[in-house]
Amino acid sequence: MSRQFNMRSLILSTGTTIILPLLLLFSLFLLLRGHNEPGGGFIGGLVAAAAIALKLFADDYPSAKALLRVHPLQLVGIGLALAALSSLPSLLVGDNFFTAQWWTLPLPIFGDLKLSTPLIFDIGVFLGVIGTVLTVIFTLVEAEH
Amino acid sequence: MDMSVLIALPVIIPLIIGALSLVALNNHGVQRILGVLGTAAVLVAAIVLIWQTWLNGIKVLEVGSWPAPFGIVLVSDLLGAIMVLLAAITGFATAVYSLKTVRKRFERFGYYPLLHLLLAGVNGAFLTGDIFNLYVWFEVLLVASFALLIQGGERAQMEGAIKYVTLNLLSSALFLTAIGLLYGLVGSLNMADIAVRLQQVEDPKMVTLVAMLFLIAFSIKAAAFPLFFWLPASYHTPQVAVSAVFAGLLTKVGVYALYRVFTLMFTGEVDFTHQILLWMAVFTMLTGVLGAASQYEVRRILSFHIISQIGYMMLGLALFTPLALIGGVFYIMHHIIVKANLFFVAGMMYRLGGSFELKQLGGLYKKHPGLALLFMIPAFSLAGVPPLSGFFAKFILIKAGVEAQAWWAVAIALFVGLFTLFSMIKIWNEAFWKKAPEPAIEVPAPYRNTALYWTTGLLAAMTVAIGIFAQPIYVLAETAAQQLLEPQRYIEAVLGGAK
Repeated sequence: MSRQFNMRSLILSTGTTIILPLLLLFSLFLLLRGHNEPGGGFIGGLVAAAAIALKLFADDYPSAKALLRVHPLQLVGIGLALAALSSLPSLLVGDNFFTAQWWTLPLPIFGDLKLSTPLIFDIGVFLGVIGTVLTVIFTLVEAEH
Repeated sequence: MDMSVLIALPVIIPLIIGALSLVALNNHGVQRILGVLGTAAVLVAAIVLIWQTWLNGIKVLEVGSWPAPFGIVLVSDLLGAIMVLLAAITGFATAVYSLKTVRKRFERFGYYPLLHLLLAGVNGAFLTGDIFNLYVWFEVLLVASFALLIQGGERAQMEGAIKYVTLNLLSSALFLTAIGLLYGLVGSLNMADIAVRLQQVEDPKMVTLVAMLFLIAFSIKAAAFPLFFWLPASYHTPQVAVSAVFAGLLTKVGVYALYRVFTLMFTGEVDFTHQILLWMAVFTMLTGVLGAASQYEVRRILSFHIISQIGYMMLGLALFTPLALIGGVFYIMHHIIVKANLFFVAGMMYRLGGSFELKQLGGLYKKHPGLALLFMIPAFSLAGVPPLSGFFAKFILIKAGVEAQAWWAVAIALFVGLFTLFSMIKIWNEAFWKKAPEPAIEVPAPYRNTALYWTTGLLAAMTVAIGIFAQPIYVLAETAAQQLLEPQRYIEAVLGGAK
């Protein structure tokens, strides 16, 4: 791995600048698609983590870390908190604990947007997976240095 | 708002608090405050929960409004509520004790988030009414315990952790296999529903086989004979706060699971299954206490005593009479408090005396009479000296044994009680009574901390209180045991009573 850090490939680096945003977009697409079709927070999170890992291989560790902004473990924390908190809105309307809540948000052009607590939960999973995978990868990189 | 959410609180609060303390990764102050406040909140929730369960009977929560037996239910019967309350007390005490004992290094590696995750797993296991969900909570608490166990990364820790992880994974695999077979047999995962359907299964041998798989899986988790050796190999290696919470809670999750499945589900072949339980209980008591006799490290002695105490709890289940179950439940209540307390005291002995080795300790009574008192209360309670909690726990069990004419078990239980006293007196003589050995160990800076004294003092007071108020506690245990002996109530609450 350290060899790649020394010998940066120009092709990979340039390619990454183009692919990275696409991958991140795709991960969001997977996350949202998971609502009714195959996809979801877990697979979306894996793709997003892979995108950042790609940045790590193409450029270097600091730039990949900068891309994330927070410590990956904090991302896990945020994700878990979101997932856990998504159980609470059901209580406000008097349903059983963890009952899925659905809200429809009418938008002018796109039509109705359906929002729900499962979506919040899924976003939590999404962040949690990114955080977990990157914690593993970053720890390995740090051990290498 | 529906009050049934109460049942979810002991699980969801630690999860949320744990996640938040992970977000505050670098801010140890916030983590500590969250630790104390979060565990205190769980304690309050647990008290309200047991109060509600006492007043209104078994409470059921259908998570996500999915009806039983299809969705996951959380059930709070008295046994579950008692266990949650005990876990909450231990959790709160540990959080306070951790304030002064957990090193910065460990805090940086996520001590508090792991502790909360562990407590969430423990509470989840006590409350779930779904056998597969029980497996999931077991895994949650195991993952957290693995990480807590190896924090620090010392050689002994790794060695202990390998045994711990290997045997617990084996146990999980057996547990999962058992669930698979059971599902194949009855086609349900809801424990109440399984209990109903098991009565209609035409192949009693298969049922007994599955019951045996559960028995092995849970007895490994409970550190019962013969697969107990992971416990003394690992429990003395992590920092004291972790040892205490492990000692207080983890094996008891295994015991709880045994109580749950062998009162609710597998009661068809009592002659066979509970006879095996009886022998396991006897050998567990015996090996634990004999193992402790040969040890000279405080935490190792205490670890072996966990094993022998597990034997008593299993004895209550094995005899399977009303009085025996009362004794078992009483014993669990007494044991969790006392055991956590003893480990806390061991940690203070280390702080004040500089070692865990009895040979190197000495003269603590002269220097720290307060600590000596704090040791004596739980130690004599553990040994079963009246009027402390342990006396009543043992008394009920032995009376139940006499009534059931299980003479061997009674004899062994009495013998083990005597040996426990011997062990505790050994610690007392070596660490507190004898003169400090020369040359004295360097103790890093005179150490006096009120938070530690308060924690251990509070737990010691509870031990005394259980002894003094033995009657109301007995009534509580009696009611819990009645619910266990009449699984129909549990089944009706889950399948019939739920809206």
